[in-house]
Amino acid sequence: MHDPALEVTDLSFRYGKKEALRSVSFRVMPGEFCALLGPNGAGKSTLFALLTRLFVARQGRIAVMGQDLQTNPRAALACMGVVFQQMTLDLDLSVARNLAYFGALHGLSRREAALRAGAVLERLDMAERAREKARNLNGGHRRRLEIARALMHRPRLLLLDEPTVGLDTRSRAAITAHVHALARDDGIAVLWATHLVDEVAPEDTALILHQGEILQTGRADQLAPKGGLAAHFMHLTEEPVT
Amino acid sequence: MSLYLHALAAILIREALRFVTQRERFLAALVRPLVWLIVFAAGFRAALGLSITPPYQTYITYEVYIIPGLCAMIQLFNAMQSALSLVYDREMGSMRLLLTAPLPRWWLLFCKLLAGVLVSILQVYAFLGIAYLYGIKLPPMGYVWVLPALLVSGMMLGAVGLFLASTIRQLENFAGVMNFVIFPVFFLSTALYPLWRMAESSRLLRDICAWNPFSHAVELIRFALYMRLNPEALGWVALTFAVFLTLAIWGFDPARGIMTRKASP
Repeated sequence: MHDPALEVTDLSFRYGKKEALRSVSFRVMPGEFCALLGPNGAGKSTLFALLTRLFVARQGRIAVMGQDLQTNPRAALACMGVVFQQMTLDLDLSVARNLAYFGALHGLSRREAALRAGAVLERLDMAERAREKARNLNGGHRRRLEIARALMHRPRLLLLDEPTVGLDTRSRAAITAHVHALARDDGIAVLWATHLVDEVAPEDTALILHQGEILQTGRADQLAPKGGLAAHFMHLTEEPVT
Repeated sequence: MSLYLHALAAILIREALRFVTQRERFLAALVRPLVWLIVFAAGFRAALGLSITPPYQTYITYEVYIIPGLCAMIQLFNAMQSALSLVYDREMGSMRLLLTAPLPRWWLLFCKLLAGVLVSILQVYAFLGIAYLYGIKLPPMGYVWVLPALLVSGMMLGAVGLFLASTIRQLENFAGVMNFVIFPVFFLSTALYPLWRMAESSRLLRDICAWNPFSHAVELIRFALYMRLNPEALGWVALTFAVFLTLAIWGFDPARGIMTRKASP
């Protein structure tokens, strides 16, 4: 049995008096695709800010590949790749430069970064675009580039915060398929935050977050065997999801 | 090369590439001091008499006097520009990427600071080159001596900008900072007038100018341009740098600083 790639225990967070997360606990195992499902305002982005150490929680514990994020942040951050909801590319730089910049932040030499950039771009069907400026890419390819960048340092955990927002159906499907393949083929643990139920495959783990609390967790097809996940979610939260 | 140096090199290269691609920024940074030098200084030349004060050993024209102040002005505006882009990056998200790198946050901020300073030094040398062609010739070795002075003064001003970036909630608030920080800091300094001139009009203003760290940055540059070290100015600039860098690191610390409070919806 493997150790969890991500283990969150009793995590709480407040913005002043407003409670954003309340005693959240869950784990994501290597090779598992975990969909963090919740409507806008559920606390997904706050949870991501805590998981990536942009904020620090006063209560609770986060461990990445056994490394405590609070006491050993560098080791924990080195194990994770992140795709934020907002785009974080440098649009003035080329695709290859964006990847090289990120690789260097993770200690890759120029040669090593170039090799890995070639490999990840190949995998995401973007090899021919390496010299293009990020500004010239469409929304779907920008997202693919962000995923490629998050894979440069070969993380064991991939965090994606609503990565398909604003994309057309085809791009959404392609990106969802790519990330599922990463979990299945490479054993990368994936935490995928979304409010779009159709991005969750039946065999995925679904984690339903509502008003800062985890309401339910389990295999998507077991949580909602009959009416589908969207109906189940509505039933639980009394809020619709698409 | 260690992880630290890889990150430093990456951030320096990124800033250099951005600098090269943003030619308008470079030109804007040069136009401002050149307008002061060519228009403002020409007008004030007749009105202001300048006695011999160190490091000058003879009477000088007003244009020569304000050269160090304009060098510092370039660095001041560059520091504020860097702070502005930091606030923008934070709002737009790319700052998040940097802050999730597996490196101490103080090192990442230091790298950003150093990258901005190196860009400002390039701008200062371009300005000094144009001033030379305009007829303002400084001692040849002064152009070499001024390099470390520009590095130190740039780091101080950059640290102030970094601190401001950690405290400003939204991009829109930056205009206020421009009015309430840049202009008082520049005008209440020795950039445009020597202290004894200021004392003639107001003792209080003279004292404010003497305490202003920007004055010390200007004097550090002024003395270096004439191959002299001003230890008092260096001390004040180094102290100000240390204080503001510490405050900025505190401000960006996810556990203690202002970043967490900024997240309030």
